[in-house]
Amino acid sequence: MKILVPVKRVLDYNVKARVKADGSGIDLANVKMSMNPFDEIALEEAIRIKEKGNAEEIIAVSIGVQQNQETLRTALAMGADRAILVVATDDVQNDIEPLTVANILAAICSKEKPSLILCGKQAIDNDFNATAQMLAAKLQWSQATFASEIEVKKDMIRVTREVDGGLQTIDAKIPVVVSVDLRLNEPRYASLPNIMKAKRKPLEEISPADLAVEMTQRLKVIKTKEPNSREAGLILENIDQLVEKIQENVGG
Amino acid sequence: MNILVLAEINDGELAEDQTSKTVSAASTLGKVDVLCASNKCADASKKLAKMENIENVLVLEDDLFTHSLAESYSDTLLDTIRLYSHIFAPSSSFGKNVLPRIGGILDVMVVSDISKVISEDTFERPVYAGNAIQTVQSIDKIKLISVRTSNFDAVPLNGTANIKNLDYKCSNNLTTFIENKIQASDRPELTSAKVVVSGGRGVGSKENFEIIEGLADKLGAAVGASRAAVDSGFAPNDWQVGQTGKVVAPDLYVAVGISGAIQHLAGMKDSKVIVAINKDEEAPIFQVADFGLVDDLFKVVPEIEKKI
Repeated sequence: MKILVPVKRVLDYNVKARVKADGSGIDLANVKMSMNPFDEIALEEAIRIKEKGNAEEIIAVSIGVQQNQETLRTALAMGADRAILVVATDDVQNDIEPLTVANILAAICSKEKPSLILCGKQAIDNDFNATAQMLAAKLQWSQATFASEIEVKKDMIRVTREVDGGLQTIDAKIPVVVSVDLRLNEPRYASLPNIMKAKRKPLEEISPADLAVEMTQRLKVIKTKEPNSREAGLILENIDQLVEKIQENVGG
Repeated sequence: MNILVLAEINDGELAEDQTSKTVSAASTLGKVDVLCASNKCADASKKLAKMENIENVLVLEDDLFTHSLAESYSDTLLDTIRLYSHIFAPSSSFGKNVLPRIGGILDVMVVSDISKVISEDTFERPVYAGNAIQTVQSIDKIKLISVRTSNFDAVPLNGTANIKNLDYKCSNNLTTFIENKIQASDRPELTSAKVVVSGGRGVGSKENFEIIEGLADKLGAAVGASRAAVDSGFAPNDWQVGQTGKVVAPDLYVAVGISGAIQHLAGMKDSKVIVAINKDEEAPIFQVADFGLVDDLFKVVPEIEKKI
């Protein structure tokens, strides 16, 4: 089995997003960028499936600017076998929409023919939570979203999903697109020898045109603003005051 | 403009709060039709027909929809969906699963998790875990919209919608339901509760979490938890409030032993009144709380419970 793992380069999750003064977006100049944390979990799962002998090859794919190469080198150091970089823009501020990402990934799949695609459930920048589902639809494959447990069987996989109120277990026919949730695993750190080895692993660079995919944008971002901020309130003196405030606001 | 809302129904039971608030968001643009697809529709369709601003309740009774698997919707309902210009669904695990798949099939980009309807093609939505709000305009012919329901009020129940039966042959050869592990609880549902009491890492253990639950039960509240508390195994994941958990906006949010990491604030900062109890006066939670008490939660919480 071949596994494909798309990885996105996003603002590092420890860095606070700053809205640009002109309202045109989030400032991404000179800030730390990292692999989307959900994609790290997806990649870790792919590596574990391979380590159990249920997969032969892991391909990491990233779509965006030239610098996404760094994200792919991290993926290779963690354990991906090879990488594909789709250079789709030269402007880091230009976020590629999930629908276009799904089109690009679908085109790659028709060539690479993976049986399993493991995606993060959402990117922590645009928070769309859509790529995996859209890709499954484009390929007419089964989908299993928000996975917290994955078991590979003969021609299907059993996935436990995080749903509102608890967990749901489904069987999905292979080939399948799975989107992963936080509790699936804890991703490993790449060791120094593996970082060195990763430099020699193949990293192919292509463009959307090579895949005959048109770059479109269906959602026009008109404005980006700061959310309404809350102001710090009152520090109370004692429990009685607190009880009073709670009682005032229960059912109020 | 023709607007369709996908009602969330699990094994015949309507998710009333989520669906009603979605109808509320959708009906800012006009009257709506609602799709009621489930294995048992009698009860759910009656409840839907009473919601204001609904013109027609479209009933599709089929065992295929018992557990709301995405493939059942997207791969069979396209003829109905194509009759509409706007499709709304709650941004719950149901809507997030189904709507983008429909988008993939129709080649339409989904507008996820909207917090405000500006016009028929323009919406506001939070990005970067709520650290920014984006106004986006969709140029797609069909608008697919999932709704952050905590930002909308439920619709009144004085409607008189028509109930119409749909006749479809549906199929799903791709996925099979195995089982649900849903915790039964007498407490209100976290995302729609008027009061939420949440515990964080400061609570210390699963056993200690009982004092959070005790206060919640006294207040008729839902129980929440920070990601730190969930990761430490003090509380189950479906209690998690935050960027990676649920987004809540109750009348009163009581944060106990929660430091107030950005990722937690993203899930509760739209609450009307926030009360925080933490022994660390530097805790960021006090920057957003309306009322704070700097004290040991193990002393304070049992005493509040006694005095209320």
